[in-house]
Amino acid sequence: MPTANQEIQKVADREYQWGFVTDIDADAAPMGLNEEIVRFISHKKSEPDWMLQWRLKAYRHWLTMEEPHNWPNITYPKIDYQNSVYYSAPKPKKQSLDEVDPQLLATYEKLGIPLEERAILAGVAVDAVFDSVSVATTFKEKLSSLGIIFCSFGEAVREHPELVQKYMGSVVPYSDNYFATLNSAVFTDGSFVYIPKGVRCPMELSTYFRINARNTGQFERTLLIADEGAYVSYLEGCTAPMRDENQLHAAVVELVTMDKATIKYSTVQNWYPGDKEGKGGIYNFVTKRGACRGVESKITWTQVETGSAITWKYPGCILQGDRSIGEFYSVALTNNRQQADTGTKMIHIGKDTRSTIVSKGISAGHGQNTYRGLVKILKAATNSRNYTQCDSLLLGESCGAHTFPYIDVRNTSSRAEHEASTSKIGEDQLFYCKTRGISLEDSVNLIVNGFCKEVFRELPMEFAVEAQKLLGVSLEGSVG
Amino acid sequence: MAMLEISNLHARVAVPGGKDILKGVNLSVNAGEIHAIMGRNGSGKSTLCQVLAGRDTYEVTSGQVFYEGKELLALSAEERAREGIFLAFQYPVEIPGVSTAYFLKAAVNACRKHRGQEELDAMSFLKLIKEKQAMLEIDQSFMNRAVNEGFSGGEKKRNEVFQMAVMNPRLGLLDETDSGLDIDALKTVAGGVNKLHRQDQQRALVVVTHYQRLLDYIVPDFVHVMIDGRIVESGGKELALELESKGYGSFEEEGMIARNAEAAAKGVQVR
Repeated sequence: MPTANQEIQKVADREYQWGFVTDIDADAAPMGLNEEIVRFISHKKSEPDWMLQWRLKAYRHWLTMEEPHNWPNITYPKIDYQNSVYYSAPKPKKQSLDEVDPQLLATYEKLGIPLEERAILAGVAVDAVFDSVSVATTFKEKLSSLGIIFCSFGEAVREHPELVQKYMGSVVPYSDNYFATLNSAVFTDGSFVYIPKGVRCPMELSTYFRINARNTGQFERTLLIADEGAYVSYLEGCTAPMRDENQLHAAVVELVTMDKATIKYSTVQNWYPGDKEGKGGIYNFVTKRGACRGVESKITWTQVETGSAITWKYPGCILQGDRSIGEFYSVALTNNRQQADTGTKMIHIGKDTRSTIVSKGISAGHGQNTYRGLVKILKAATNSRNYTQCDSLLLGESCGAHTFPYIDVRNTSSRAEHEASTSKIGEDQLFYCKTRGISLEDSVNLIVNGFCKEVFRELPMEFAVEAQKLLGVSLEGSVG
Repeated sequence: MAMLEISNLHARVAVPGGKDILKGVNLSVNAGEIHAIMGRNGSGKSTLCQVLAGRDTYEVTSGQVFYEGKELLALSAEERAREGIFLAFQYPVEIPGVSTAYFLKAAVNACRKHRGQEELDAMSFLKLIKEKQAMLEIDQSFMNRAVNEGFSGGEKKRNEVFQMAVMNPRLGLLDETDSGLDIDALKTVAGGVNKLHRQDQQRALVVVTHYQRLLDYIVPDFVHVMIDGRIVESGGKELALELESKGYGSFEEEGMIARNAEAAAKGVQVR
């Protein structure tokens, strides 16, 4: 007779649906990493000398650093950085969609990305990064009539060097951490957004990342700047083919908000998680940080992390401006052999600053899920507030949930609250749903989605629907 | 043939060495009838409801159950629900973050799909909900709240009856629907159950309770007394009154006699 736990062990065995490989001629760098490769990348991208010098500075610093293995609650073998390709491009970037390789467009269509003018219907402007290079940016003209710049990072380096030089590395310095420094040396592309003063971006901006080629690392860099009073909502989605070897994804995202500006940054991350035994999958080692530079500015990070063999990321906010607001809403799911060590950093510097952290961790199979969060309220940040809520849901007996909150408050007028809970999907909840005719799998999805509701409601509508579906797919076979 | 035919049903807690709880239940329920099962705590009343609804924390060790001619025990809990059996829980379960409306829509459509009916869209579902709300005088706000979360005891029980109204089952199992209710709440809940019974004369109800009190409002056709995992006495609604005046003690003696007789038949000495 199956017990509830055996039942719960059963629900999650659909195949990863995005695991196809697209056969496209790629222009790639030779395997390995050295100064020549850094120069090669810079040359391929026709970069100005200042950009090359920045890369080299980062590369030389990186050589002095060590891969972090001690503090994160994850285990992985030492990565062989010489056994990877640091630049792979489908072909030179084309001016219009008509010129883009039809194979590539078909790939994005398969992924459900509205790259064509279908995007009008969805109201989403898309920048698509395939392996290392941004292949198409939709809606450029419409956005540029408002003074909005939305282009690939490489294009921004060439066309808007003053903005890139001013802001790149100002939130995540080239020397920040091992993976961010590596990214600074070898990043290949990414998205760049600038919203001018007082402009509310009329549509969701979006980047889809896809790792296609074998043995390539993906190192993209995203920079978003919202000038005074500006508003933008930005979405990021990721998939990769199924490969037996691990692939490294080490991205850097920097956000800057000036006075009264707002950035909402939403991620649905579904990199290939590896197979049931933990073979293959993406190492998602990402540095994301936002600086609320201006008064009353606001940055909201919302992430749904269902993919990757290992997720290691802490999207944070530096609350410099008085009365600025930082928010972090996260759902992280680990199934089979997946590991996640994720959370946020909220650094309060300005007066009357506020931060909210809502983290929902779901563990199934042998998944290990860690929340790690830093709340630091400096002496000058008087009357500041933090509220942290950290909930874990366990499905089955072999998974784990861990919480490491770090709270550091340096003045007496501020307040930090931390609430945490750990629960299991109860046999009683499942039985209750089943007596209403709802199947076991639907019952699990219902309960898990209910658990994540506070995060999903922060996502733009289409993304929320996608996120719900993804959770369902990711959990298939983990109960039953 | 009766709608529900239980014969010699034995069940125990589904763990190694689990305690025997049902020790030979026989019961026959026809369409349209209301049966009350009375008994003390631990007599097996709630277990009977849960076994009938398909809870697999109990293991059926012997006996048979036929529901509308089908072997009930071969069906999963969700299949039983889709075939028209509804269990109103003694302790309704909270499902945080899931609105009652969303939950019920999933439930209704799972059942409709099973019966080959078209699934209800949001508009038709809303219409169904409004109709049932009006019938049971249920507050609109119920729908947007998470299932049972932060509900008072009375609200939870009303929500069970409301769900029963929406699911429209052929057989309703009401597990101590009166427990924890004050007299006003009891009247409201019982009133709802009666409306449902009047609405569909073919619907059968099995009402489990400790107290005669509920049966003043939901008048049964038959009353059964359950002691130590068996039904030891059955009768009309007057049996409930007799039970109220004499207490379970006198029936327990009969239960003991029956047990001794059975034990003697097996050649075992009991106490």
